Amino acid sequence: MSDAHSTADFMHHVRRYLLVFVALLIGTIITVWASYIPFHHRAVNIGVALLIASCKAFLVAGFFMHLISERKMIYCIMAFTAFFFVGLMGLTLWAMGDFPFQTVFH
Amino acid sequence: MDIPYTVQPRQDTGLYNAKVGIWLFLASEVMLFGALFSSYILLRVGAAPGYWPHGWLNIPVGTANTVVLITSSITTVMAWASCKMNQFGKFKFYHACTILLALTFVGIKSYEYHDKFTHYSIKLADGKMADGHLVKKSSDFSLEQKTGAIVIHGHEVDLNNKQGEELQKELNKVYDLHSPEGKAAEHEHKELEIPAAQIASMETYGPWHNTYTAIYFTLTGLHALHVIGGAIVIGFLWGPGSKLWKTDPERFTNRIEISGLFWHFVDLVWIFLFPVLYLL
Repeated sequence: MSDAHSTADFMHHVRRYLLVFVALLIGTIITVWASYIPFHHRAVNIGVALLIASCKAFLVAGFFMHLISERKMIYCIMAFTAFFFVGLMGLTLWAMGDFPFQTVFH
Repeated sequence: MDIPYTVQPRQDTGLYNAKVGIWLFLASEVMLFGALFSSYILLRVGAAPGYWPHGWLNIPVGTANTVVLITSSITTVMAWASCKMNQFGKFKFYHACTILLALTFVGIKSYEYHDKFTHYSIKLADGKMADGHLVKKSSDFSLEQKTGAIVIHGHEVDLNNKQGEELQKELNKVYDLHSPEGKAAEHEHKELEIPAAQIASMETYGPWHNTYTAIYFTLTGLHALHVIGGAIVIGFLWGPGSKLWKTDPERFTNRIEISGLFWHFVDLVWIFLFPVLYLL
């Protein structure tokens, strides 16, 4: 509350939030711009878009959701989530040998 | 009975209970959307060559919605920071903005859905296909009785007796609107009046149309439900729920933090949905 956190202390946080907001807007513009670059393969476009999205997600989770300075308990919950999420995505990609005959990867 | 640890942190977790609760909930949400994203990957890489759509969604509209949601994230965090700084008036202002932005997002999404529900794919009796947006249907239009006619603003595609590159180019007119053929087809759009007697079957670009629209509506529909749910909670805390500020401001501030965490998660999901569905 205000007794624990002075307004001056919080103004520092507010400035950081505004910087993150600007970074997210710039990230959105770059995402759209990068999607129009004719890379040699569509996979590169996908990789670039997901990389930018991951950076934006880090900014939202790290600063707006305060994950960069959270308690161990939250990190513990998120570590389990990350493990199962990576497993879910990893197994999906790993299982690509199961796709029907003549599947084209694009 | 008083609910324990609504303000004071528990000794073992170092957090008030609601914060542990919301993070556990968000963990389950990550897995929910994760499962749908992995379904998207499977559907996309498993699609028949040339049949995965590109350019079906309006990029400027999607970009605008992204900006709306990012802006709502900053107003949410500013609402919480205002509570922390004991500035209730500013909290009211920022969260009013959040609610308006949430409604704007849902409004823009509804416009996009309407665009899909008025976009027709029509299989003609001669084997050709007509594709375009509904202009009008005659009052006596009936597919069963083969009466009346439908007018669409679009183009025809002829997939008959085509193979290889020729078939791909024809498919591009419908499925890849970023391709030269797709752009040319869009450029040549005109009003087509099609009598019901010439129609073998027709459907809109709803979730039933193909796997792309199915996963598009599932992902964005579930996300939109989260936006609506979050807006209702934030609306409650902005309106009747804000009475708690007078009696227990710290507990109220914690409620704003919890609802904010949910809102940022909704923003975070959209950050991935936007490039995946609109751009790639």
